[in-house]
Amino acid sequence: MKIIVCISKAPDTTSKIAFADGNSKFDENGVQFIVNPYDEWYALVRALELKEANGGSVTVLNVGDASNDAIIRKALAIGADDAVRIDAPTQDALFVAKQIANYVKENNADMVLLGKETIDYNGSQVGGMIAAILDMPYVSLASKLDMNGTTATIEREIEGGVEVVETSTPFVLSAAKGMAEARIPNMRGIMAARTKPLNVVAAIDATNATEIKSFSLPPAKTGCKYVDADNVEQLIDLLHNEAKAI
Amino acid sequence: MSVLIYTDSADGTLTKNAFEAANYGALLAKKEGKTATAIVLGEASDIDKLGAYGITKVLHVNDAALNNFDPQRNAAIIAQAVTKENATTIIFPHDYSGKATAPMLAAKLDAGLVTGAVALPEGNTVRKTVFSGKAFADVEIKTAIKIISVLPNSVDKETGEGSVTVEKFACEIPATRLTVKEVKKASTELSLTEADIVVSAGRGLKGPENWGMIEELATELGAATACSRPVADIGWRPHHEHVGQTGIAIRPNLYIAVGISGAIQHLAGVNGSKTIVVINTDPEAPFFKAADYGIVGDAFEVVPKMIAAVKKLKG
Repeated sequence: MKIIVCISKAPDTTSKIAFADGNSKFDENGVQFIVNPYDEWYALVRALELKEANGGSVTVLNVGDASNDAIIRKALAIGADDAVRIDAPTQDALFVAKQIANYVKENNADMVLLGKETIDYNGSQVGGMIAAILDMPYVSLASKLDMNGTTATIEREIEGGVEVVETSTPFVLSAAKGMAEARIPNMRGIMAARTKPLNVVAAIDATNATEIKSFSLPPAKTGCKYVDADNVEQLIDLLHNEAKAI
Repeated sequence: MSVLIYTDSADGTLTKNAFEAANYGALLAKKEGKTATAIVLGEASDIDKLGAYGITKVLHVNDAALNNFDPQRNAAIIAQAVTKENATTIIFPHDYSGKATAPMLAAKLDAGLVTGAVALPEGNTVRKTVFSGKAFADVEIKTAIKIISVLPNSVDKETGEGSVTVEKFACEIPATRLTVKEVKKASTELSLTEADIVVSAGRGLKGPENWGMIEELATELGAATACSRPVADIGWRPHHEHVGQTGIAIRPNLYIAVGISGAIQHLAGVNGSKTIVVINTDPEAPFFKAADYGIVGDAFEVVPKMIAAVKKLKG
């Protein structure tokens, strides 16, 4: 079974969010970058579990410039067999999806897994776009994936619950919490990652369908109004009459 | 020219997110002098209600097979409606169905997509949340056809008295490659992302056996229940209740956090809430900085008093 896991680079979840160049760019000063948690904790780890159980290979695929190599090595340290970086600056989901779809078309895969969204741009776009371009079934927000031959049994989030769906390879899946438990790379993995193949391939021609013009921060809260623990009724009164929330 | 809105249904009725998307699309159509047309796939008994949200025309594909959600099939049908209606903008709710269907349609039409919009577009530029609610980005869509998904609970609704014309939409329905085997719904549970009020608790509750009062407060308020990540990770509460950066992000009108310290990752999932109430024994808990109202106190004393006060209020 050949599995491709798409990974993105994202700022660590504790990063201070600030902007540079007249609020046109994310300020990367002092920011630690990680593999996007949904891609790593859920998609990549489940791919490795499936490989361990059924054999096959796990390739991580990233679209980006050379500054992404550090997080790609991290994915190799966790256990991916090899990595491919499509060399292009990224800005727009459709551009990224076209790059990935082209690679998958040329190299084939039984499944393409990725996280349900990145924690920086929160797009939830690339998975569905890849599936549409490749004309593969798409299962989004999946919390469980089991394989039996070429048949996949998947749990996915729907309105107010989850449902179990079945499809067959090849397919595209976006992973959410519950899919797998995060793994921490061990020393052997980190050593091995240094010599695993990281192939850099050229991007195909594609245009950006969207462009970020500027960033802004939400207005700060004006301050917390404290209510005494002995006067809980006052809180309910404030929520009813002042906040009009209940 | 028209604005086409995908209004999703679940269990035979349109979702709250669908009405919000409809309203957003209708406001946009009004602003740009276009028609607001909604498309409904599968069974829905309350289509008439769309009129109050400014929709004048509805394309309905009333085929029970479409009750089972397949974003690929939905995108193929919506693409046909785009052509028929000469739609230049297509609106989705940014929920489980829009998150899957909108990108598939975008790739099919080679159109730019902005997900999680929090305001109507200014020209070709749409404001959306980024960094899990910690910031906004203004994103320009550069293609002629534009696709936007609307973040739940983020755009003020304008309702009126309008009515809709429902047209049976004769279209080609492609075969699905997804088979639904089983639906596991907690039918009494309010969907967390749709709930107006959410009562949430964390490690401060000391054990899963103490959740009774949280559930009781939620019931009294007509609220959904949620929890912090540590509590889901140690199995006190189910994973689908975990709100935060790596769980689900919610934007209710009222979020009540009991015994949750307010780590930055938790705040990222709830900071879109209109009003935040924090109850914590630790006056230094970072959550108070993000709160509108706070009580420094013991949950085991405060929550029962809240339940009594809410009962009294609702009398």
